[in-house]
Formats: sequence, structure tokens, C-alpha cells
Amino acid sequence: MTEPAERRLLTPEEYRQAQDSPEFTELRRRFRRFAFPMTVAFLAWYLLYVLLSTYAPDFMSTQVFGNVNLGVLLGLGQFVSTFVITHLYVAHANRRTDPIADEMRERLESHQYAGSGRTGTDISKGGATRA
Amino acid sequence: MPDTTVLAADATIGSPAVNISIFGAFVLITLVITFRASRNNKSAADYYAAGRNISGTQNGLAIAGDYLSAASFLGIAGAIAVYGYDGFLYSIGFLVAWLVALLLVAELMRNTARYTMADVLAFRMRQGPVRTAAAISTLAVSLFYLLAQMAGAGGLVTLLLGVTGEAAQALVVVLVGALMIIYVLVGGMRGTTYVQIIKATLLIAGALVMTLWVLTEFGFNLSSLLGDAQSVAVEGRDVLAPGAQYGATGTSKLDFVSLGLALVLGTAGLPHVLMRFYTVPTAKDARRSVVWAIWLIGVFYLFSLVIGYGAGALVGPERILGAPGAVNSAAPLLAFELGGTILLGIIAGVAFATILAVVAGLTITASASFAHDVYASVIKKGQVSPNGEVKVARITAIVIGAISIGLGILALQAGLNIAFLVALAFAVAASANLPTILYTLFWKRFTTQGALWSMYGGLIACIVLIVFSPVVSGAPVNPATGLSPSLFQDVDFHWFPLNNPGIVSIPLSFFLGWLGSILSKEKPDLDKNAELEVRSLTGIGAEKAVQH
Repeated sequence: MTEPAERRLLTPEEYRQAQDSPEFTELRRRFRRFAFPMTVAFLAWYLLYVLLSTYAPDFMSTQVFGNVNLGVLLGLGQFVSTFVITHLYVAHANRRTDPIADEMRERLESHQYAGSGRTGTDISKGGATRA
Repeated sequence: MPDTTVLAADATIGSPAVNISIFGAFVLITLVITFRASRNNKSAADYYAAGRNISGTQNGLAIAGDYLSAASFLGIAGAIAVYGYDGFLYSIGFLVAWLVALLLVAELMRNTARYTMADVLAFRMRQGPVRTAAAISTLAVSLFYLLAQMAGAGGLVTLLLGVTGEAAQALVVVLVGALMIIYVLVGGMRGTTYVQIIKATLLIAGALVMTLWVLTEFGFNLSSLLGDAQSVAVEGRDVLAPGAQYGATGTSKLDFVSLGLALVLGTAGLPHVLMRFYTVPTAKDARRSVVWAIWLIGVFYLFSLVIGYGAGALVGPERILGAPGAVNSAAPLLAFELGGTILLGIIAGVAFATILAVVAGLTITASASFAHDVYASVIKKGQVSPNGEVKVARITAIVIGAISIGLGILALQAGLNIAFLVALAFAVAASANLPTILYTLFWKRFTTQGALWSMYGGLIACIVLIVFSPVVSGAPVNPATGLSPSLFQDVDFHWFPLNNPGIVSIPLSFFLGWLGSILSKEKPDLDKNAELEVRSLTGIGAEKAVQH
């Protein structure tokens, strides 16, 4: 087993310091500002589709061209929106959150959040997931 | 019922020898690969998480392999063939659900967990009770899912192998179960992953061939495909409009909404899906694998739309419903209609491979959860060597294999639509797991009591509502078959009107998680919360890949 060493080395204080740091606040804000509204949006769009299919079947049966009706088109629209949101999320993560996360990870690994020069070396209670 | 037996005898299609040999080839190849993969299995991280060095692309394929179960392939195509539009909803819910996993769950879980879902759920809570609850719900979801897969295997056997006797069918289920146990015991997560990858490739390729074939028959004109499907639909049924399966009454409409909720919120709470995120080296690879999975799964469901309507148009709902396996036989019947014995043999082999791979994935998840969460963390309080833990996981895999063989034999006689059984597994996952996952990751004041109320509340509500729903008893007798679609015939103790409990149990579980937390005297562990939040978003301290 390769036991990840650095996890044991970070102190609770370091995590608290990191959590309170402006860059982490920014990272969390960027992550949540994308993920939360987008989740609400796609769930609302999905529920709208389900509710229309259930309670407005006549509307959904409106022929658009040939035998293809509005319901089939909106259903295919769910596929398209899923692919688009996937793409948007990846672009957002690459541009907006990954750089902060990568930088913070490096700083955490070199214990730059240890506050007044303390480096956590022998803190064993830091690891939360037990084997 | 003399009618049914005559039909069954006639309806065995294709050449069982061809079907069996194609399936046999798959088994042989995957067994060889599994044995080769097992050489690298040394540690617990190898057994549970394939050493965390599966690439993002490979894992995306493996996720698709895990997710595109017999329900996706057989159930959805069949539901679209017979009910048309309403079958389409399954696939849309199954797909959109991946956005929850992508945006809110996958990367954060990869960054904080070791082997199981409970690693995250118990992160800042009291370990014992939360791990126990998470393990119980993992086992419940896995068993529901296993039941669905085994029911699928049962239906296929009759149709494809010409096996009609109950004893012979049971034998096939035992064989499937035994193979699954071998994959899991020998290959661990790595072997299982390779099986998933091969199977996903075969399944998507097979579906692509059938889709192109169907489209060729209709000159690549979606409109004329839909028109033909409508022209042979069950009398008086509009397969292009919503409502054929669920539109009849106010209750069935509500059922449809309930199903839709369970589907979209269930995926990100499926333990065997979550566990796949731990097989990649970093959170970025977890993201990459979900993106791959979304594309593969989305494209596959577009195929299944064509296959479903194609089966409706070219085979016709009467023959589908008359065949053994009923709705689930649509895709194999279409394959036979298009490409005769060989294409049917390939599709049948793929369908069996699908079942085999999915049950292997479920078994390893359930056994990991028991060994890691219950045995090592709760019973032994963490005082157990990784090897001892893996040994327990292997024994658990055998036990779960045996249980699912037993359930599978029972499921043979039940004849429920498997997409629908899987929908129930999703309802349990969405109710028992997802609220606690989201609260743990995003709500600072969430407490142990909130987690327990939410998990047990969601799980119990789900199970109770299912037991007293028309799924188990009291559904009206279907005049065509003379049987009730319920699990038990001739008894009626149902009082919950909906087949799917999601619309009640999911909000209830979210509510209980909130209520349990605000009523709790326990102070949220702010240190652990800081650690979880920083780790989940930055990836510091995430489990590393094993170097061989």
C-alpha cells in the first residue's frame, strides 16, 4: 500500500487557515456560482419537460414536421442541453477553478498555510478516512 | 395456460448454438483478461479501486459499461417499442442525471474518499453509525439492481437459448452468478473494469450497427420511422405522444413524475457508480471520465430511441408482447428481424455480457462496502490489516453472489419490466444516499443525526412504500396475460397508489436531513468540515494512484 504521506502532515489549523484564505473563498465562490445555478437550471428544464409530457400531452403532440412532434423534439433538446452543459462545465473548470485549486494544492503541500511558521509534522489525527 | 407454452416454444428464435458460442467467446476472452489483470492485484487499493490508475477515458467507458445495464438496453428499447414516447422518458432521466454527478459529486468525492461512498459520508460525522447506515443503503440499492439484472438474464435465457424449463433457466442463472463471482474474486476492481470496458465497447458498437440498419430501412428518415411505428402500434395507442404508458389516470401521471424524479436524482447516489470515480488517479480524471460517460451514454440512448421505434415498426408490439420476456425481448427480436441468426447471436451475446458485467460491478461495490465500512471500520474499529479486509470483501462477494443467484431464480417467475425494477433501485439511491451526499459536501451544519435520519428515513420510506405499492400486490390483472403485474398474485395489501416512491421519499429524506441536523445537540465538527471542504475542492491529500 502506498500511504499518502502528505495528508497526515496537514494540521487542522492548516485546513482552517486554508479554508479562511481569500483564494479559497474565491475558489468556492467560482465553483458554487457555476454549479448551483446550473443544477437548478437543468433540473427545472428537465422537470418542465416531464410535467409537459405528463400534463400537456396534446401540446407535446403538436406536429412540427412529418411525424415528428414537439415532445420528441423537446426530448432531443434534453440531450442537446446535457451535452452543452457538460461542455460549459469543463470549460469553466479548466479556466476558472482548476488554476486556483492547483496553486492552493501546491501551497498546501509545502505547508504555506501553517500560520506562524508552524509546520505540522506529527499530527496523526488529520486523516479522516480510516482504513 | 396452454397458449403461453405454445408461444414460448415457437418464439425461441435464432440458433441457440450461435448465441451460446458468441457469449462463450466473450466469457473466455474476459476471463483471460481478468486473470492477467489479477497479477497486479496486491493491495486493498488494487482490489477496491484498481490501484487508482485507470485513465479517464477508460473509466468513462467502464462507467458506461456499469450504467448501460440490461435495463438500458433491453428495457428501454422494449418500452419505446411498445409504449413509444413514455419509454423515451427513462433514457432522458438516466442521461440528465449525469449532470448531477458531473457538477456536484464526482470530483469532490474522488478528492475525499478512499474506497466507498461511506468514506465521504462519515468524513465529519461519528464513524460507526454513519458507516453502518451507508453500508445498509449500499447493500439495498445493490440488491435491487442485482434483482433487475437477474430478471433480465432470466427473460433472455428463454428467448435466446431455447431454454424453457424452470430448472434449466435456474441453471443458467447459477452459471451467470458463478461467472460473476469468479470475475470479482480473481480480477477485483481492475478485472471488473476491463470487463466493463470490453462490454461497453461491444454494446455501443452493437447498438450502432442496429441503429444504422434500422435507419437504412427507413432511408434515414426519422419521420417515416415514427410513422411506421405508429401504424402498427397497439390499437388506439399513440406511441408518438406522451401518455401511452402513464397517461391513463391522475395517479399514473403522478407516477410518471415520481419516476422522473427518481431517475434524475438517483444516479449520483448509486454506490457502484460512485465507486468508479475512485479508480482514476485524480479529480480531473474523474471529470474526464464523467464527460466521456455522458457522451457515450447519451449517444447510446439516441441509438436506443431508434432501436425502440425500429422494433415497434419492424417487429410490432404484438409479437414483442407475445414473446417470452415480453417487453424486454424487443431488441433481440429486432436484431433477428434485421440480421438473422448472426446479428441476433451477437446482440444476445452482448446482452448477456451486459448483465454479467453489471452484476460484477454491483457485487464488488456491495462487498467493498461491507468489508470496508462494516467489518473494518465498525466491527474491528479500524484495527485490521488491509489484507484481512480484502479477504472479508472476497468472502462477502461470494455470499452476495449466492444471494443474487437465489433472487435471480425467484425473479425468473416474476416477469417485471427490468427498466422498472432499476427505477426502484434509483428511487432508493436518490432517497437514501443523495441527500446525505449533498448535505455532507455543501452544508456546514449537517450533523450525524441529520445523516442518520436522512439515510434511514429515505431508505425505510422507500422500502415501505414499495412493499405497499402495486408493484408488490394488488395491481389490476392484465387481460392479455391473465396475470397481475404485481410480484404476488391473488393478494392485495397495497395502499400506496404509485409504483415509484420517489416523489414522497426523496423530499422526505432531504427534509429529515435538515430536521435531524437542526434538532441535534451535536456541534458540527468545524475542523473536519474545513478539512473536507479544502480537500474536496483543491484535491490536497487525495488518495494517490498505486505505483507498480
